[in-house]
Parts: sequence; structure tokens; C-alpha cells
Amino acid sequence: MELLSHLALGLQTAATFTNLFYCLVGVFLGTAIGVLPGLGPTATIAMLLPVTFVLPPVTALIMLAGIYYGSQYGGSTTSILVNLPGEAASVVTTLDGYQMAKQGRAGPALAASAIGSFFAGTVATFLIAAFGPPLAAAALEFGPAEFFSLMILGLVASVVLAQGSLLHAIGMVVLGLLLGLIGTDVNSGTQRFTFGIFELADGIGFVTVAMGMFGLGEIIRNLQNEEERSVMITKITGLWPTKEDFKRMVAPILRGTAIGSILGILPGSGSILGSFAAYSIEKKVSKNRAQFGKGAIEGVAAPEAANNAGAQTSFIPLLTLGIPSNPVSALMVGAMIVHGIQPGPSVITEQPALFWGMIVSMWIGNLFLVILNYPLIGMWVRMIMIPYQFLYPGILVFCTIGVFSLKNTEFDIYFMALFGALGYLFSKLGCEPAPMLLAFILGPLMEEYLRRAMLLSRGNPWVFVQRPISATLLGLAALAMCSILIPAFSKTREEAFVESSG
Amino acid sequence: MTRNARDFWTGLIYIFFGSSAIIIARDYAMGTAIKMGPAYFPTILGGLLILIGVISVIRSFIVAGIPIGAFVLNGLVLVTVSVVAFGFVVRGLGLAIALPLLIIVSAYGSTRFRWRPTLVMAAGLTVFCVFVFLKGLGIPLPIIGPWLGG
Repeated sequence: MELLSHLALGLQTAATFTNLFYCLVGVFLGTAIGVLPGLGPTATIAMLLPVTFVLPPVTALIMLAGIYYGSQYGGSTTSILVNLPGEAASVVTTLDGYQMAKQGRAGPALAASAIGSFFAGTVATFLIAAFGPPLAAAALEFGPAEFFSLMILGLVASVVLAQGSLLHAIGMVVLGLLLGLIGTDVNSGTQRFTFGIFELADGIGFVTVAMGMFGLGEIIRNLQNEEERSVMITKITGLWPTKEDFKRMVAPILRGTAIGSILGILPGSGSILGSFAAYSIEKKVSKNRAQFGKGAIEGVAAPEAANNAGAQTSFIPLLTLGIPSNPVSALMVGAMIVHGIQPGPSVITEQPALFWGMIVSMWIGNLFLVILNYPLIGMWVRMIMIPYQFLYPGILVFCTIGVFSLKNTEFDIYFMALFGALGYLFSKLGCEPAPMLLAFILGPLMEEYLRRAMLLSRGNPWVFVQRPISATLLGLAALAMCSILIPAFSKTREEAFVESSG
Repeated sequence: MTRNARDFWTGLIYIFFGSSAIIIARDYAMGTAIKMGPAYFPTILGGLLILIGVISVIRSFIVAGIPIGAFVLNGLVLVTVSVVAFGFVVRGLGLAIALPLLIIVSAYGSTRFRWRPTLVMAAGLTVFCVFVFLKGLGIPLPIIGPWLGG
């Protein structure tokens, strides 16, 4: 069995003392920061990224993956305990999770989330191991036209999934692509849009943008709603679910895992789509559908499983194609590049230990989450209850020092402040930052592939629809774009977001 | 008058960025479709952004929308200024001054601000950061900067 020997190699890499230790540290730090209100996975990873730069590549990526799962789980914890989702993917968890917590059943809700996530993580790990290599092999056949079309598909998907106006989501994508071009043009060496500023020659760092938009922007937003923030203190008694709970969890977890895994692979979606879809399907098929919205454990287990499965399978396009599908994997791409690894189909063959080690460490990270959950829940609750006025200056300190440490320059601090203000402005105008950040990281890549494709086709723009794979990808993008214009779908899209913000 | 302030202003922002991109890119070589110069892609994107901006502005006169709502100027200014100020003084004055400055100025943006707990937090966090970032991760910043003779 080739699959097993690959996983064995991964286990060998991941299970060294150092790597296990940093995986644990990553999961712990990720959860600790993820439970803090207003800090989703993107901001958490951006904040902790500099810490991993001192580590060797494999260890750093293992730790980052740990931080990712930890922060997601932390987000679920705050969703359940205080009705504050850290990110879009865990908003559906608040619907039933918070109701359960109000009824004093926070323990079983948290356990459902942990067990669902762990099961989904296990399945998704095997999926990556099984589908990663053949997909990467197929990706080696990809030419520049295919890569360009794939990025279009990813950006369109992120637009479709963005909250609010479609027009503005597209606008943010184009703006992000433009901002991504700041810096030295690789082909001609021309410095573009740098205004003669030396520090801009390498472009604006993606971590700087992410921390500004997701970290600072979020803080300013929260200061706006300060009065509305009420943290309900819930006492946690009886962490373990009853036998009845377990029975009710099984089918939703299985369905959630399947839905999340499939939807997670789509570029641009990550885990958001999966958790929404899993919840609405569960609401339709469950025997206890009357209880939904009033504290049904199915309504926690299914989206949490889907969420985690999607988070993990969204690594498939990243690891096999080298294309990030959401802000989190964009940050991972950045981290890989810092460590001198160019993500793409060749990683599997050239760095098998890194690839398989990371995959196995994902599973180990999920295992740590389940184990950590039990003894540390009291500590997470105490962290959640830190009043915001003491919390956000601390977050600012970590963001500022973190962004400085990337290149040891104050310029990044100023740019972070600028993007924080911009992020706040755009959120006031109803524009979501996630598609912009994805476009920002894809900007230079897209330009490069566009150039190569046009060079190969001798300037014939029809090349994108003449090559079958490229045409299929563009067709999918067009389909996704059209789907949003169909009244029935756009209505459910709006409802899903209304439900989430309600 | 515009019936959708969000659409209107966002549209203007797009038009601003789009036209700046095109105007600045005029200094770079355009190239051809086969061999694209550094101005090619930014010009396309700039044009696209202007188009989206114009649609947005036009739409703002036709379709009504929700108002923008008040800006939390206090928080916006204090958070941004505290971070920028930190950048300005950190090398000169050192972390021992720059960190409390960042913490206190930003904390002042909260409606629940009180001096005593903020000062305690500033002191604790500064000591913690000096140990973790300077001693632990070796970030090259002074504790007491040269402006203070450190």
C-alpha cells in the first residue's frame, strides 16, 4: 500500500519530539488566541506567524497548521459560550451552540464540536493523502492558461461567498489584485507604485495587510459596538455528552464530514460554505428538526464537522496546485515562501517528508485538540471573560511587534495602521476584506501566468477557452457567477448571512 | 441626491484607485499582448476598477440602500495614532517607553477606560514583551533607546 507507506513517512516526520512539541504549542497558542473575542483564524495566524520563522521549515509548518486548528476550535468555543463567532465559518455554530450553553449544556456542545471536528479531521487527513498525489500529478500537466483560469475560479468563488453586495466584492478583488502588484515587477525589474519608497520595492507584506485589515480593523469595529458586547457567564457542568447525545451526534457528524470535505476542495470556499450547507441540510433531514435553533446538538455537531473537514481539505488545492483558496491558506503560502518552499505540485515529489509530515501533523493536531479541550476548558472560559478594554491594547501590542519583526522595519507598522484604517472604512461601506486579501496574494501570480499564457499563445486571448481544462474552469467560474444572479439562490445566500448575523 | 451613500462613496474610492493606477502606470512600459510590459496588467485592472466604480456610483442614484452610520472616530484615530506613534519612537526611546505609550493611548479609545487598571496592564505587558520578544525571540529593539542615553 503506497498510501500507508506515505503516511508512515509522515508519521516518522511528525512524531519526532520537537515536531510534536511545536504542534502542541501551536494548538495551545492557537486556541488561546482564538478564544479571544474578535480574533479569527486569519488574525491569529498572522499574529503568530513571526514566531514560526525561527523554526526549521517542517516544524514551522506543522506548528502553523496546529495554530490554524487551534484557532478554529477556539472560535467554536467562543461561539458556543458567548455567542461570538470568531469567523464566518463558525457563525452557524452559535445558532444552536449558544442555546445549549444557555440551557447549561455548554459541556456537551463543546464535546460535540471537539468530537465532530476530530472525526472530520481524521477522514479529511486520509482524503488528502489519497487524492493529493494524483491531483498533483494532474496539476503538472497544467499550463499557465490553466493556472490563470483556476485563479479566476478561486476569486469568483470568494466573491460569491462574500457577504453583502456582489459588485463590491468584485471591486475589492480588483483592488486587491492592484495592491498586490506594488513592488518590483519580476519581468522587467521596474518598480511599480512604490513612490520611490525603498521599503516598497519588495511590495507590501501580506501579513501586514492581513494584520491591518483583520486585526486592527476588527479592533476599531469592536470599539464601535462596545456597548452591545455582553458576555454571558455560563457555568460549565458535565462536560461529557450523554448516551442519548452520542446517538444523535453520529449521523450529523458523518453527513457534515462528507459535505465539508467536498465543498472544502473548491478553491475560494474553504470551510465557510461547508458549515452553512451542513447546517441547512441537517435542519431538513433531522428527526429533531423542531429543536433546531433551540439547542439541538445536531446543529452543533454537523457544522463543526463540516467546518473542520473543509478547513483541512482546503489544503488540497494549496498543497497540490500551490494556489491558496482562502486568507488562511494565503498566509500558509506566505510562510512556505519565507522558508524557501515554493508551494505547488512539485512539493510532493521533491519534499515528501515535508508534505506527508504536514498531513499527519494535521491529524495529530486534531487529536491534541480533543485532549486539550477537557482539562483546559476552565482556562479558556477565564480568557473569554477578559473585558475587551483590557484585551485590545494587548492584541495591538502583539500585532505591532509581530509585524515589525517580519523585516525589522517600522514601515510595516505604518502600513499595518494604514490598512487597519482602510479595513474599518471598507467595513463601514459594506465591503468584506476576505476577497481582497486573497486577491492581494494572487495578484502577482495571476499577472505572471497571464503573461506566460499570452506569450505561448502569441497574443491570442482565446487560448483560455480553447484549452479544455482552462475552459472548464472558466465555465465553472461563470456558472458560480450566474448562480448568484438567479433569484432563488441569491435569496438563500442573503438568508444564510442574515441568519448568521442575527 | 444619492440614495445609497455606501455605493456612492465606495464607487468614488474605486474610481480614485483605478485612475491613479492608470495614471501612474503611464510611466511604465506598456508592451504588447504577446510581451506584456509592467504597465499592461495594472492598466487593465485600473480600467476594470473604474468601470466598477462608475456602475456603483450610478447605481447609488437608482437603488436605495442603508446609510453608512456614524464613524467611531475616537477609536479609529486613537488606535491608528498609537500604532504609528509606536513606530516613530520605538528605536529612539526604546520599548520601555514606546510600549506603555501604545497601550495607554489605544486603551483611551474605549468608553470604559480607567487609569489605574490601564497603568497596571501597561507595566505588566511591557515587562512580558521585553522578556518574550527581546530576550526570547531576539528582536533587535532597545529597552531604553539612544534618545534617553540607553
